[in-house]
Amino acid sequence: MSVTQHETPHGGMPGWAWSVVVAAGLVAWWVVYHQLPALSEWIVSLLPVARDTHTGEALAFFFYDVPKVMMLLTLIVFAMGVVRSFFSPEKTRALLSGKREGVGNVMAAGLGVLTPFCSCSAVPLFIGFVSAGIPLGVTFSFLIAAPMVNEVALILLVGLVGWPVALVYLGFGLAIAIVAGWVIGRLHVEGWLQDWVRDIHSGATTPGAVESDDLSMTDRYRLGLEAVREIFSKVWIWIIVGIAMGALIHGYVPQDLMVRIMGSGTWWSVPAAVLMGVPMYTNAAGVIPIVEALLGKGAALGTVLAFMMSVIALSMPEMIILRQVLKLRLIAVFIGVVASGILAVGFLFNALF
Amino acid sequence: MKDVKVYGPGCKRCEKTEEMVKEAAAKLGIEVSVEKVTDPRAIAMAGVMSTPGVSVDGKLVHTGGLPDSGKLEGWLSA
Repeated sequence: MSVTQHETPHGGMPGWAWSVVVAAGLVAWWVVYHQLPALSEWIVSLLPVARDTHTGEALAFFFYDVPKVMMLLTLIVFAMGVVRSFFSPEKTRALLSGKREGVGNVMAAGLGVLTPFCSCSAVPLFIGFVSAGIPLGVTFSFLIAAPMVNEVALILLVGLVGWPVALVYLGFGLAIAIVAGWVIGRLHVEGWLQDWVRDIHSGATTPGAVESDDLSMTDRYRLGLEAVREIFSKVWIWIIVGIAMGALIHGYVPQDLMVRIMGSGTWWSVPAAVLMGVPMYTNAAGVIPIVEALLGKGAALGTVLAFMMSVIALSMPEMIILRQVLKLRLIAVFIGVVASGILAVGFLFNALF
Repeated sequence: MKDVKVYGPGCKRCEKTEEMVKEAAAKLGIEVSVEKVTDPRAIAMAGVMSTPGVSVDGKLVHTGGLPDSGKLEGWLSA
């Protein structure tokens, strides 16, 4: 964890010193991470509750997951901050312009994972893409993949649920982004953009781009730290709430009830999970502890994946932001297509496993 | 007098960027007028795809994330 504590003024350390500090930080991280189970048992043993009660179970879950999630996040967000400094929306746009649908959808989904993206710049990014002549469907592939298949979601899945589920999520998240974008492209709904966006699209004005400057490795490390600081200032509350919910489910919800409601034998549980997910707004960090607890109690994987994808990919605040560039009809299409994809994944999984 | 525009829908980082511009200007003793552009259409038309973006005297110098304070001083004194 020591990596994050190093606050150096601009130009304070040479590049090699950064690399040494990063390497030392990784070792320290590894050592601390492996002590976490013992640490959580120790904390719970200090509390005046018996370990084998509902409360004890819930507390042990909470005190184990909070530091674990925080540590995993620190590591991966730092690493992705560095990796993402090699990508930018401008570069992604250059890579995607001139690509046909199909290939373009696949590339857009992949780049959506790697390109720095914040839902607050969804609108300028959308316009930047569309004005460069990138097909609408390809733009949507990017916009669906960027928030849904991100490093926070993947690493938390690896850490809390295991890597097979994480791989499944990665694969099917990308598949939904590719297919949903392609379907939206096929529908030819360019007329359902807001009028001013269409004017830009038709080539009336093409915004220029800033020249990108070369970054040193030190700059990239600093961007990694910046990403860590940003994620902690923004998402820690979701993590705490998510883990607390997970802990309650883990400690109190009876297993047979969960299997009855969210088990694979209940066909309506997938659509119900998707419907429940839409108005819920949290990010991956908040929802995955809940996913962990649900799976632990015997909920079906397809149902839980559908719930998680719906929470992350279809959020009300993002729809409100996109309303500035899309007419309501197109937003409805967007929700409909993505929700259908999520349903398909949910049913498929429940049928297969 | 430098004409600086900060492009962003009003997220935390955009406000921070505006502060950084003012601090850098004060440090350099340069007079600036800082305008915040929050209209998504105006942001997009300026060619900014990831916010916050910064332009000095009509020239876009930065997009995406907080600017580096050293570079910011460079842009202002150019």
